[in-house]
Amino acid sequence: MDLSDTPEEEEFRARLREWLAGTLPTLPAEPSPDDWPGRRAYDLGWQRMLYDAGYAGVHWDASPTLRMVFLEETEKAGAPYVGANFVGLLHAGPTIAAEGTAGQRARWLPPILRGEQVWCQGFSEPDAGSDLASLRTRARRDGDVYVVTGSKIWTSHAEVADWCELLVRTDPDAPRHRGITWLALPMDADGVTVRPLRTLAGSAEFAEVFLDEVRVPVANRVGEENDGWRVTMVTLSFERGTAFVGEVVACRRMLGELARTARGNGRWDDPALRRRLGRLDAEFRALWRLTQWNVSEAEASGGVPGVGGSVFKLRYSHARQELYDTAAEVLGPDALDLDRPWVLDRLSSLSYTIAAGTSQIQRTIVAERILGLPRGR
Amino acid sequence: MTLRFRLTDDQRALRKGVRELLARRFGREALRAAVDAPGRLDRTLWRALGEAGFFALRLPEADGGVGLGLPEAVLVFEEAGRALLPGPLVATHLAAGSVPGAAHGETVVAAVDGELAEWLDAADVVRGDASGAVPLRSVDPLTPLHRVPATRTDPWSALAGTGDVAAGTAEPVAGTGNPLAGVPGPSGGASGALLGCPDPLAVLLTAAEQLGTAGRVCELAVEHARAREQFGRPIGAFQAVQHLCADLLVRAETARAAVYAAAVTADPADIAAARLLADEAAVRGARDCLQVHGGMGFTWEADVHLHLKRAWVRAWRAGGSARSEELLAAALAG
Repeated sequence: MDLSDTPEEEEFRARLREWLAGTLPTLPAEPSPDDWPGRRAYDLGWQRMLYDAGYAGVHWDASPTLRMVFLEETEKAGAPYVGANFVGLLHAGPTIAAEGTAGQRARWLPPILRGEQVWCQGFSEPDAGSDLASLRTRARRDGDVYVVTGSKIWTSHAEVADWCELLVRTDPDAPRHRGITWLALPMDADGVTVRPLRTLAGSAEFAEVFLDEVRVPVANRVGEENDGWRVTMVTLSFERGTAFVGEVVACRRMLGELARTARGNGRWDDPALRRRLGRLDAEFRALWRLTQWNVSEAEASGGVPGVGGSVFKLRYSHARQELYDTAAEVLGPDALDLDRPWVLDRLSSLSYTIAAGTSQIQRTIVAERILGLPRGR
Repeated sequence: MTLRFRLTDDQRALRKGVRELLARRFGREALRAAVDAPGRLDRTLWRALGEAGFFALRLPEADGGVGLGLPEAVLVFEEAGRALLPGPLVATHLAAGSVPGAAHGETVVAAVDGELAEWLDAADVVRGDASGAVPLRSVDPLTPLHRVPATRTDPWSALAGTGDVAAGTAEPVAGTGNPLAGVPGPSGGASGALLGCPDPLAVLLTAAEQLGTAGRVCELAVEHARAREQFGRPIGAFQAVQHLCADLLVRAETARAAVYAAAVTADPADIAAARLLADEAAVRGARDCLQVHGGMGFTWEADVHLHLKRAWVRAWRAGGSARSEELLAAALAG
């Protein structure tokens, strides 16, 4: 067991720090959360800077450890995260890289890496959330196109996306997992309607996407027809334990800020609050170590993520909500003021135990796949 | 690319070896026999542990030790916790090298820890001031306890290695009659004294024992959930039971990362964090395991209660969780 950097990592870290120190001051001002075109331009611009500096592919071809170092250092330096590039860099891109033809890779990957195109994800449907394999958006073959009709929900960045990685049902008679196909949908195609979805935080982070007889070329299919479930699982297992590196770093920084705020407003004198902060510090120290453990395991297994992902997500999503609840205690009545720091974040954090598999679904996964308990209902 | 934060082959082999040794020397029959003879320490077993290097693990080979480090000690103590191995293991391990005979299992060393002391009557040597200690009827049949009068000075200074209190006031505990009783301060005291808190190594090794319990109760719960049938199927097929088991694993694995990392860094704050996570994983884990066992869990015959009671005892060591929480809070605000 070792937690120190290898010489290679040390050099990577030092070079990255130096680059960040020189580059971040040249970033334009961050656009407001509601300025979608502004956010698109900002996120793509940052990706272009990474590309020019040789870091564009860090999510794809770097080892899990180097990727973790990258995410740790960029977060510590206050650099932007992937933003609108999330699906392109972390879901659609890796899927195309793993399952696409040479022609498809040449067509779609360079624009993602260079910060030219935004992808969104069309997986969930109003009636297919945790039970994704029950999705019903239908694709009918008509010569060399699929004609797609249905609707998708929780699609981030749909308003500004060029492409959508879309799961459709191509064989309604096959067993659920075997009649699904993965398509690249151009968002400007006829019959695509995007309707923003206002979250409880008041912002429009997601959208519904309605598809009405949309014609998608068969050439846009990645993988075989009806093999989309397997193709998608390649995507979903890509994160290799590093999905939350930046967020854990950010939470640890926030704990320090909370302690300073509590000292400033006198709430630090309450031993119950102090102890709660101390326990949260233990929690996020542990989550950081669990991240390092999972990354080491992924490294050892040749990049395949271990069973740690569900364990981490369960613990982390709960801890992060607890962090914001504690922040509210530090803030006192200010916790009801949307203009105070952490108050909007507290609202956003309510999605953590729901998004990407609810905590209940995660527990069932842990029980059945890791602990080997009999399949239940 | 090298692989780092995971067990090396040697560490896996060590863990396997210790598990096998304990299964041989302290299997279920021996465990239940120990439960039926409370307060008695098996000196033959103690010497066997000594011969196996349990106490001399971290002493340099030149001094007759095994020459291994803190991560290895943590793995060994995790196995001890898993097996519910009784005795003042942490105190004796930390005394190896400074108390004659401790390293090789000939001397049993107990330590006063705040207002409690484990295994006083069975010990040859007691570290800290045990004067006025009164036996209490221990909740854990495998850990005899004494209540030590509320402290004369800082309860932690003796354990922190300053030694003043112990050297000045210690008397041999009645019945031990050992001239070495009351020798001051265990190892690792410098940083402990600096922080005014208990020896971080004692805290870490206790956390390792808690981790062993956390892992074991998770296994016990899963085994029972697979085997026990109600309503025509294993209770492990019910989501309510599945989710209890999943939480057992999540707590144990999160604690594992924290405890192993603290063994690598030996940083007092990392150790405080590890202890909080490990206490929670052991105590709540044993509770949930008991719940999964249903009526069986409430019996003396099932081992679950032994894990819960031991976890409770360990959770009181070194000032309890409050001390560690305050230490971390102070570091945050610093």
